[in-house]
Amino acid sequence: MKRIPPSFFLTFLLLALSLLTSCGSSNSSPDSSSPTNYIENKGSDTIVNLALAWAEKYQGEHPDVRISVTGGGSGTGIAALVNGTVDLANASRKIKDEETSEAQANGVTPVEHIIARDAIAVIVNPNNPVNELTLQQISDIYSGKYTNWQEVGGEDRPIVRLSRETNSGTHVYFLETVLRLGSKEDKTLFSTNTLLLPSSEGIISEVRDNPNAIGYDGLGYVPKDLKMIAIAKEAGGEYVLPSIATVNDKTYAIARDLYMYTNGEPAGIIKDYLDWILSDEAQVIVAELGFVPAIK
Amino acid sequence: MEKSLSWREFIITRLIQSSGYSAILFVALIFFFLLREGLPTLGEVDASSLFNFRWYPIESYFGILPLLSGSLIVTLGAALIAVPFGIGTAIYISEIAPRWMREILKPLVELLGGLPSVVLGFLGILVLSPFLRVFLDLPTGLTALTGSLLLGGIAVPTVVSVAEDALDSVPRAYREGAWALGATKWQTIWRVTLPAAKSGVLTAVMLGVGRAIGETMTVMMVTGNAPVLATGLGSLFSPVRTMTATIAAEMGEVANGSTHYHVLFFIGMVLFIISLVVNVIASSVVFRAKKRAERILS
Repeated sequence: MKRIPPSFFLTFLLLALSLLTSCGSSNSSPDSSSPTNYIENKGSDTIVNLALAWAEKYQGEHPDVRISVTGGGSGTGIAALVNGTVDLANASRKIKDEETSEAQANGVTPVEHIIARDAIAVIVNPNNPVNELTLQQISDIYSGKYTNWQEVGGEDRPIVRLSRETNSGTHVYFLETVLRLGSKEDKTLFSTNTLLLPSSEGIISEVRDNPNAIGYDGLGYVPKDLKMIAIAKEAGGEYVLPSIATVNDKTYAIARDLYMYTNGEPAGIIKDYLDWILSDEAQVIVAELGFVPAIK
Repeated sequence: MEKSLSWREFIITRLIQSSGYSAILFVALIFFFLLREGLPTLGEVDASSLFNFRWYPIESYFGILPLLSGSLIVTLGAALIAVPFGIGTAIYISEIAPRWMREILKPLVELLGGLPSVVLGFLGILVLSPFLRVFLDLPTGLTALTGSLLLGGIAVPTVVSVAEDALDSVPRAYREGAWALGATKWQTIWRVTLPAAKSGVLTAVMLGVGRAIGETMTVMMVTGNAPVLATGLGSLFSPVRTMTATIAAEMGEVANGSTHYHVLFFIGMVLFIISLVVNVIASSVVFRAKKRAERILS
């Protein structure tokens, strides 16, 4: 038998040693007095990131104010305001009548402040010749009634419906406002072959790539190279493209106001904070997070 | 001197023993936890709506059949790719390739096994799914097939390295005996080496399938996650939603202790039971095969 020379093949994994440099920085904070001005802010999950960004910026500028932000949903926030456990309740819907009466029974007067607006743009591939749809048509596309672009004035292509996952606030809002056209009795559901993508990015890349696709996303997140659909509230109505102007004058159909509620007219630090939220400086953050700034 | 040695022996034996038993303990604990969180489902959702065709949890539609069929079809597709491809690669590396080739291939396959699945998911979204859409003229490239191809890619290294080890451990005398009887290289591989390594190769297949059915990230990124009931092989070319992707996508936002939360754990239980059944079948087949071989040898 032929002797094979012993070959030594060494496959070593070189482990890079990460040097743990412990920096001995002294941690003497300048603020000796603990902040006494404390704002408790709770509510809508749609707004929670925006509220956090505001709170962070504001605390940076006013080190004496502490703002605690938690989510949980609009209902949770309003319930907390009614119980008097929070100073500011975030809500992505108007307060309900029964909530107001419950609050009044508890000695709380909810006062509404519009802090930003939220709009959803319906997007398609730039090669798709369809430019405008009515709300009803979009509802029928997503519920599975229309399956070919021809049925809404496009090319002979299958419609591929894209949506966010069911746990996204945008998904629920789209379901209520577009699929069910705002009607509570309507039990229309998304067609089962609607693709549920876990991220905005997933929807955008599929729409960019696929001429069959239709998707939706927060207005601020839509990149310039995708086509937004002009939407009419009803057949024969005016088709309106989403923009900051059309959202603010309420001509665009899929838009809503975002609110903060206070107990009575705000005063003191809460008033300062709300005034700051409506300043240009804070509203820039609104646009950065994909919402529409509220123009007074 | 002797006493301290036996003491050390005792401690080391116990340590090794307890780490062996700990595996049993962990599996039992995990299963107990899944049961505790998942079983309330049966009280909250009746069986007819649980085994239904509609999954839309925010409106209390908890039909898990689309998810079950989605997982099965993606895994089946992955197995169809990974098994022949993986065993073929293992045979090539262990039986046919010259030594230098083997030394290049083996570490490369192992490197492939170490690729993070998120990275593969990216490849799937950016390269594979657009390609499949245009190439096969599909409405969308986010389909079960895309998931199967990528999962096949994930399972291949597992299959290759386990199957290759099994083939390698077949005594050289078996092959020499076959050659001496005038068998060709192919006949030797197909009739002698592969059957002799059967139990190891089967383990490789099972591990590969297990890897595929449990994979989450890639599947969530490329299969489109539409909860449509898969009815046949044609469903390979349409979007599906798997059990793993459902748990991953929905667990983060679900209210603790709600029906939806329990149903997600129930799905986890179903996954656990599926992999348990696969493993039990595999080991019983291997066991039976061994017994027969022993009978013949004795």
